[in-house]
Amino acid sequence: MDYSQFLVMHQEIGLLVLILLIFLFDTFSSRQVPRGLSMFSVCLFGLLTVGGFVFPWDKAVASAFGGMYVTSPVMVAIKNVLNVGVFIVLLQSMNWADGEFMRIRRGEFYELLLITLFGMYLMISARHFLLFIIGLETASLPLAALVAFDKNRYESHEAAVKYILTAVFSSAIFMMGLSFVYALAGTLYFNDIAGACFGGDAMLIVAVAFVIAGFGFKLSLVPFHLWTADVYQGAPTAVTSYLSVISKGAAAFSFFVVMVQVFGPFYGKIWEWMLYALIILTITVGNLFALRQKNLKRFLAFSSISQAGYIMLGVISGSAQGLGSLIFYILVYIFSNLAAFGVISSIENKTGRVDMDSYNNLYSTNPRLAFTMMLAMFSLAGIPPFAGFFSKFFIFSAAVQPGTPALYILTLIALINTIISLYYYLLVVKAMFIKNQEECVIPAFRSTGSERLGMWICVAGIIFVGLFSCIYNSLISAAQMNTEYIFTLFAN
Amino acid sequence: MIFSNILIYFVVIPLVMLGGLFLCRNMNQIRTVAVIGSTALLALSVYLMFDFLQLRAAGADDIMLYQGSWMWFEPLNIHLAVGVDGISVAMILLSAIIVFAGTFASWKITPLPKDFFLWLILLSTGVFGFFISIDLFTMFMFYEVALIPMYLLIGLWGTGRKEYSAMKLTLMLMGGSAFLLLGILGIYYHSAPEGGRLTMNLLEISANDAIDHNWQYFLFPITFVGFGVLGAMFPFHTWSPDGHASAPTAVSMLHAGVLMKLGGYGCFRVAIYLMPFAANELSWIFLILTGISVVYGAFSACVQTDLKYINAYSSVSHCGLVLFAILMLNNTAMTGAVMQMLSHGLMTALFFALIGMIYGRTHTRDIRQMGGLMKIMPFLAVCYVIAGMASLGLPGLSGFVAEMTIFVGSFQNSDFFHRAFTIVACSSIVITAVYILRVVGKLLFGPVQDEHHLQLTDATWWERFSTITLIVCVAGIGCFPNWIAGLLHDSFIPIIEVLTK
Repeated sequence: MDYSQFLVMHQEIGLLVLILLIFLFDTFSSRQVPRGLSMFSVCLFGLLTVGGFVFPWDKAVASAFGGMYVTSPVMVAIKNVLNVGVFIVLLQSMNWADGEFMRIRRGEFYELLLITLFGMYLMISARHFLLFIIGLETASLPLAALVAFDKNRYESHEAAVKYILTAVFSSAIFMMGLSFVYALAGTLYFNDIAGACFGGDAMLIVAVAFVIAGFGFKLSLVPFHLWTADVYQGAPTAVTSYLSVISKGAAAFSFFVVMVQVFGPFYGKIWEWMLYALIILTITVGNLFALRQKNLKRFLAFSSISQAGYIMLGVISGSAQGLGSLIFYILVYIFSNLAAFGVISSIENKTGRVDMDSYNNLYSTNPRLAFTMMLAMFSLAGIPPFAGFFSKFFIFSAAVQPGTPALYILTLIALINTIISLYYYLLVVKAMFIKNQEECVIPAFRSTGSERLGMWICVAGIIFVGLFSCIYNSLISAAQMNTEYIFTLFAN
Repeated sequence: MIFSNILIYFVVIPLVMLGGLFLCRNMNQIRTVAVIGSTALLALSVYLMFDFLQLRAAGADDIMLYQGSWMWFEPLNIHLAVGVDGISVAMILLSAIIVFAGTFASWKITPLPKDFFLWLILLSTGVFGFFISIDLFTMFMFYEVALIPMYLLIGLWGTGRKEYSAMKLTLMLMGGSAFLLLGILGIYYHSAPEGGRLTMNLLEISANDAIDHNWQYFLFPITFVGFGVLGAMFPFHTWSPDGHASAPTAVSMLHAGVLMKLGGYGCFRVAIYLMPFAANELSWIFLILTGISVVYGAFSACVQTDLKYINAYSSVSHCGLVLFAILMLNNTAMTGAVMQMLSHGLMTALFFALIGMIYGRTHTRDIRQMGGLMKIMPFLAVCYVIAGMASLGLPGLSGFVAEMTIFVGSFQNSDFFHRAFTIVACSSIVITAVYILRVVGKLLFGPVQDEHHLQLTDATWWERFSTITLIVCVAGIGCFPNWIAGLLHDSFIPIIEVLTK
């Protein structure tokens, strides 16, 4: 066996080394040092993130293990995007992880979190369903433990049970679909399946439907979304923010790859219409449920459901432009959503409040937090000149690119939904800025350094990621490079 | 080099002002920044106008002058492309005047003066950016930049049912822009013939003339409605009365004065210019809607008792006339439309400024509770009469010139439908006279309703400065209309050319 092919997986190996280092540090260091471990993990992960950008990613093209594992510029790009998100999550959770309650659990938190990231890396790079399933399970199971991390809180347990049941159930459905695929094609290599399946078969339709349903649970698309709000509300805020952006981002990318590379030839015949209906349902139902939420974590849960619907517009386009726009959307969504979660967790740590009413007139006591939250809301709603506007514009332009009237109608529905979403995002802005006759129940306080750093990164991202076109341009060119790993069959 | 283009400074100056405002610590610094910035904008736009006229006189016959184009998003061929013709220059000048007057009108804004000016300047960044852009993407981006500050400006500093109005206005305008976005994407993907490089540049799209007729039937209505919402076209006008009534003075001025013009400007610059075939075919539908706006707005104004509502409905009527004239699709009527935009912008800004000043003293806007203001505050009252006369079209003021041109132009269409609608729209002049004279008679010359009002004082220096600036402009257009007509003279020729091809 040629061991040098492990070097192709340099990003995964880097992450694995990092996890081991954290494990060793956790084992041998004194538990009495208050900040040691979290500081160590965050700094190390920061280095890894920066390293990912320094590495010449546009030359990273290789495959290993007989084509089970591949890497190409666009995969490096999505992994880097996820790294940025995880880094922000780690920064924002430092305060919580340093708490007394977490004293003996700190190590596990970082290890479990990063192991799920490792699983997502595998999902992104896998070109064989076996490796893909390993990645998928590695990415989901530790998250259940993370959701249950607040073990003194009843809601946290409930959320974990809901999460694990859903995760297992969705994996089962997904694998059921795969077994059909295997029965039809006799192979699990992404590239070979499409060629070996003979289209139109009822079994193939069921297989595709099951695969979509499996992903639907991971991405919390309607009608597979029922776990989302409870889990988001019950989990510790750090885990919620991780769930809402990082897992979703990785799942969205691999969904694109699976649909386009594996089932590409059946686009018009089978899955375009399934996805079409799912997108409409997801965006609309997510928005309508978000309208009435009073708890901000539930509110963001439903908002993230509808955001997932917008991300799916990139999948339905099925083009390189769609893939590039999808990654760009995820990047912008990471910044915007994490800015919102940063404010929420900062306030929750200080006062324990997560309901919208206690944010009334926040601007008078904590102007910077209120301002950050407002930017996050504007960016999520897609208001220029913030990054959310650009990401929405690009994903819509990718969605109408094929030019069929059906896709124009889909885009119009999505656009009308942005107006509904604008209403509830503005409700938060209204509470913070406009209800200024009321006394604010949140006292003025100063967030910790790491929280502020995390929020500054988010704010900078919200303001500059859209305006600096080089980011979008390079993502699109990355998506157009080495298309043999993703768009093998779609062009025909 | 991007900064060698004069037009860029219309965006750069507001951005610098935003930066300056961030650093401000007290009211005097804020005022200094606001006054210096808005004066610089005004000076720059006056310079631009004279320079533009000179270039035209020297024989520069491009459709747009001062063109510049810098690649922004390469995959979608999005440029930061700028360029102006006479219409844009006139609109930029109007915006600069109103921003200038609005700064003085909000001299004593409370609470949070710094935030107020931040949002106001962000709004004007959007407005200027919109008028200088010739790339659909940047145009749309600046359009939305101009919309969203309204939410906070009305919600925070407004009066009355401000939360409701702010939300209604924002959602309706953003709803319009949702249609617009789809229209822009549709135009983009059909902007070049098969195999050509797709483009977002207005001039290139028009030159390519590649949007086929079936798509025009779909894209023209959604684009027109998208902009028409902001132009207060019936039945999408309902945000306007509530929004204007609740907004603080400077915001009402800027919104009615400039922002609503974005709608009219976009309608002919994007919808009609790029899709002339559908414009010819479908204009009758929108002509009926705008005709209703004109008459219905005027009748509604007659029965209102709140000064701001009267003016808001009057704006619906006058802005309806702008769209009405544009849809007549001939040079004279369209020139009249732009004149009406200028005239209405200045006159409504003046109205809202005066209403704000009166309200600041009497703390009511209900005309039933006020009277005899001519005795109490003669300066403001005289200004109010002048604004009213401009509104009902007294010769010598701007309204007469604009409406005259519009109706002459509209009547040039020889068919019965257009002529009948012109006559219907003409009736709005009479109705306008009814509601203007009613207010003037009741508010200014009637008996004093409340003896506390006798203690009130007349305008302060900054209020006088603000109103006199606007009155000079209104009278300027009214007395020297040729001067504006010269500016607009050639600008409609390319549009008429594509329409008659």
